[in-house]
Amino acid sequence: MSDSNSLAISDESVAAAVAAALAAINAVTDTASFKAARTEHAGEASTLARLNGLLRSLPNSEKAAAGKLVGQARARVNQALAAKEADVVALENAAQLTAETLDVTALPVRKRLGARHPLSLLQEKVGDIFVSMGWEVAEGPELENEWFNFDALNFDPDHPARAMQDTFFVDPTSSHLLLRTHTSPVQVRSLLERELPVYVIAPGRTYRTDELDATHTPVFSQIEGIAVDKGLTMAHLRGTLELFARQMFGDEAKIRLRPNYFPFTEPSAEMDVWQPHAKGGARWVEWGGCGMVNPNVLLSAGIDPDEYSGFAFGMGIERTLQFRNNLNDMRDMVEGDIRFSQQFGMVV
Amino acid sequence: MRIPISWLAEFVELPVGTTVAEIHAALVSVGLEEEGSHDFDIEGPVVVGEVLEFTEEPQSNGKTIRWCSVRVAAVGQSGADGGADVRGIVCGAHNFFAGDKVVVTLPGAILPGDFAIAARKTYGHVSDGMIASARELGLGDDHDGILRLSTLGLDPAVGTDALGLLGLDDAAVEVNVTPDRGYAFSIRGIAREYAHATGAAFRDPAAALTLPPVLEGFSVAIDDQAPIRGRVGATVFVTRVVRGVDARAASPAWMVSRLKLAGIRSISLIVDITNYVMLELGQPIHGYDLDKLSGGIVVRRSQAGETLTTLDGQTRQLDPEDLVITDDSGIIGLAGVMGGFSTEISDETVNVLVEAANFDPTSIARTARRHKLPSEASKRFERGVDPEVAGAAAARVVQLLEELAGGRADELGSGYHEHSRLEPIFLPDAYISGLVGVNYTDDEITSSLIEIGATLEYARDGLVVTPPSWRPDLTHKSTLAEEVARIVGYSRIPSEIPVAPPGRGYTREQSLRRLAAETLAASGSTEVLAYPFVSSNANALFGSADETAVAAVKLANPLDAEVPYLRATLIPGLIDIARRNLSRGLTDLALFEIGAVFQPETGVEYGVHDVPLGAALPAPETLAALNASIPPQPWHVGLLFLGHSVDKQPGQPAVSFGIADALDAVRVLAAALDVPLSIRQGTHKALHPGRTADIFVPTGAGAAAVHVGVVGELLPSLADEFDLPRVVALAELDLSALIDLAARSVQATPLAGYPAATQDVSLVVADSIAAADVLDAVRWGAGELLESIRLVDDYRGAGIGAGLKSLTFALRFRAPDRTLTAAEASDARIAGAAEAERRYGATVRE
Repeated sequence: MSDSNSLAISDESVAAAVAAALAAINAVTDTASFKAARTEHAGEASTLARLNGLLRSLPNSEKAAAGKLVGQARARVNQALAAKEADVVALENAAQLTAETLDVTALPVRKRLGARHPLSLLQEKVGDIFVSMGWEVAEGPELENEWFNFDALNFDPDHPARAMQDTFFVDPTSSHLLLRTHTSPVQVRSLLERELPVYVIAPGRTYRTDELDATHTPVFSQIEGIAVDKGLTMAHLRGTLELFARQMFGDEAKIRLRPNYFPFTEPSAEMDVWQPHAKGGARWVEWGGCGMVNPNVLLSAGIDPDEYSGFAFGMGIERTLQFRNNLNDMRDMVEGDIRFSQQFGMVV
Repeated sequence: MRIPISWLAEFVELPVGTTVAEIHAALVSVGLEEEGSHDFDIEGPVVVGEVLEFTEEPQSNGKTIRWCSVRVAAVGQSGADGGADVRGIVCGAHNFFAGDKVVVTLPGAILPGDFAIAARKTYGHVSDGMIASARELGLGDDHDGILRLSTLGLDPAVGTDALGLLGLDDAAVEVNVTPDRGYAFSIRGIAREYAHATGAAFRDPAAALTLPPVLEGFSVAIDDQAPIRGRVGATVFVTRVVRGVDARAASPAWMVSRLKLAGIRSISLIVDITNYVMLELGQPIHGYDLDKLSGGIVVRRSQAGETLTTLDGQTRQLDPEDLVITDDSGIIGLAGVMGGFSTEISDETVNVLVEAANFDPTSIARTARRHKLPSEASKRFERGVDPEVAGAAAARVVQLLEELAGGRADELGSGYHEHSRLEPIFLPDAYISGLVGVNYTDDEITSSLIEIGATLEYARDGLVVTPPSWRPDLTHKSTLAEEVARIVGYSRIPSEIPVAPPGRGYTREQSLRRLAAETLAASGSTEVLAYPFVSSNANALFGSADETAVAAVKLANPLDAEVPYLRATLIPGLIDIARRNLSRGLTDLALFEIGAVFQPETGVEYGVHDVPLGAALPAPETLAALNASIPPQPWHVGLLFLGHSVDKQPGQPAVSFGIADALDAVRVLAAALDVPLSIRQGTHKALHPGRTADIFVPTGAGAAAVHVGVVGELLPSLADEFDLPRVVALAELDLSALIDLAARSVQATPLAGYPAATQDVSLVVADSIAAADVLDAVRWGAGELLESIRLVDDYRGAGIGAGLKSLTFALRFRAPDRTLTAAEASDARIAGAAEAERRYGATVRE
């Protein structure tokens, strides 16, 4: 207390207090030392505060000058404190961020990646292509009645074409139910259910009694297209297929039609697509079958073939995926190994 | 169909040097798809040699070899390989004599199977070439020593190229013949097609062959009392008697090599001749040993109980639909399919009855299928044989039997012909151009039709076209359109894009099904597509929650007899796929499948007794019956999770998949489809009794919620049985039902901007009460001010009585029109707690 009692306002005492305060503030490194410096040099017990307290006891004539001296000194110190406080906060924020650094190359992976099956994706892609042209997507049951799968499609019950389809029949066979051997029954269903004209595409699962190997699978998928309208010709068939091929395989794609036989089309054609980048050199690759809808199919659906004509086409999705995406073994597509779908993610 | 090129060249102009690829390209352009090519896989020098002399040398291994001196070139000239005219050759066979002409493969030759011939040391000599057997040349299966050319009736000069001599330099193209083109199962038919493709001149081999004008004396009667589909079983039945044949004579080399290239093994001269003529003209021929026949022939339907021992030695039970050939002794053949054992041609046969008949395709197809006897003959009859070629074919057989077997035809035979001409087709002007989209000239149309053999008559506004006898497939003007289009060339068809009327895009169900798949994949599951074939056990186990029997569809002809049923549930397929992935070391799996399941209703008989014929719209009730004949096939979505959802990583312990993940996926799916779910503690016999949830969709006040699926963990004992890890989380939902129940359009409520008040409430209830029920009670009791409620804690233990639990809910209140006071929020909370007390005796834990 003797110090305090001996304290007096003078240029020297004020200057000394300011110098001590500024030195202390300058030495501040963190919030704790800042708070200590502030208490010591700007708190109620600080030298400058006490000097300020002495002002009251001064004679009035000295008050103004001494007050100005002390006031300026306190303002300097407070200004220095404010500046330091901002520094300390910035410094400490920076230090915290540094401490929070993570190795972003080693962060935990919390979400597993899913994937679509490319056979589904490809069917959707075909749907998108045709829907954008105004066609619609039609569907039919996989377990079908023989009439839709064969008779209505102009397969005579005794014609060898029927035996060639390697059909899975339902027990008892007298029920005349089977697993559809192609998506073509959807042709008939569409013609029966829809108003003319009809422009539909029908993707779906199909079945034949082939053992699984690198190029066959008993369960596979097809995409079927049918258009029935007034005045449709094989030129419309070719135009549609060319457009389709370009959307599927790129602008270089072109198609070739070869005569063939299908009970449900007449004339019929096999369609090849030019694969300029095929393994082992550019070549024609067999893509699917097509033709003008057989008049007997139109008759099965109650449509007058002299008034309406139509074209139809169909291709295997597995086969398309095989040469489009360079796959050798059909088994990869059907075994469900997650690595297969995961190669594709959400896009085919 | 395989076509030896030398044979093709007999009937159509084929420039020398035409390649296999060129022939294929020509045939493809008219619709005969390339299947491959065949040759003898042999390269020279292979020449005719003469065995001058040999010495027999017994060997230590017990064999005796012959050390031969063989002349392979004329005296003083060098051999085809540039070596000496006489060679020393070691030979293991003993079936030849000095002076025999044989086939010598000289060093440098390559035999089938990449067998390269070189001079090599063997049995103490240098063997400078090899004397070949028929088998080594690829000509047959004869193991009886080397080929002596004299047995083929050949005596060529030494040094002659043996490949040309034996037809081994020939090759065959193989094409796929579509089932409408029976006539193309012949060299004659293919040659005609080749002519269509190239414009080359065609010489019809049948044109030069004629029968005697009167052919009778061998009695043949067609007595079909039960024609199938109104068609008499036999419409042509030509027979010829040929006497004095030498059945043991060798088939000539050219015939053997052509048959071989065509894929038919040489058997004996008479059989080879019948096969040869069948290939050449497309007419199946049957030869009978005339001396084994009793009386004339009657063609009739079989009767119940009759049997026949066919050529292959099998005794077959015949069906009343089978068309049979009979003589006085009974049945001697299955018409058009296979001959009988009792009248078979053998080495002792001297007199032959040649049959060239035409049978109804349907009858033959059914018989061949019924007896599982697809033969070269039935294949042709099923697809339609030219009824007018029978006479020519019989004549050709007679000609060959006379030339090659020393036979002598007499006038005895039969010439039954009762086939009807093919129906003429009216072809309106402009029809073909209108269908194909090419402006064909009149000349293009008429010349194409004439080229395929049709006859034309001009009529008002069109042509009357009568198809040739070998084209029964031409039945409608559209078939004529194909003929013109392919003869002129499909490359002429231009490209035009049709304009479809405005479409309606994807249907709601299609869009939502796709959204479901995309949502599940985006939230971490991988789509798989399983085969739908399952065992009866698998359907029973997963197809129903309790012991109710699961109706399922069974296949009559499954590929694998272990899994003859169609899936009623997706779970067995997912389990199979999980097992396969595990076996490949992929131990963390999140799988989903969206697919059809087959769910017949118990007690319903599906199917129809009769299927209507095509080409006519069935009556409405018939169509309705056809549609109703098919069991329901809803789309399901199945999910399977096992292993880790999150792997152990720095700063991250591993997290295992469990029922919560399956439930989460279901919730994400339902949210995407905008369908509310209600989750209840459930039971399923294949799932963990304490970890099973039944999934319902509430359908509004007063209506029962609809059960749409189940989520749970596989019963650990089953997991063990399937070699799966202990925890396998499964889910299966009826996606069709879910989509059906989903909101058609969202009814949005305006969002209030006033501050929310949040409060927690802890309620003590019996631990048997489901949290969701308590939550529902609080929600109901708290009323409209409650904006959201969430279960944040389930505490059991100290401070809570035994058999009780404390559930803490976080409540968020908001009023649409004002700032709520704390008192209002508290009142609502208390009302919620009161409702929980009323329903479940809940007490508030302070």
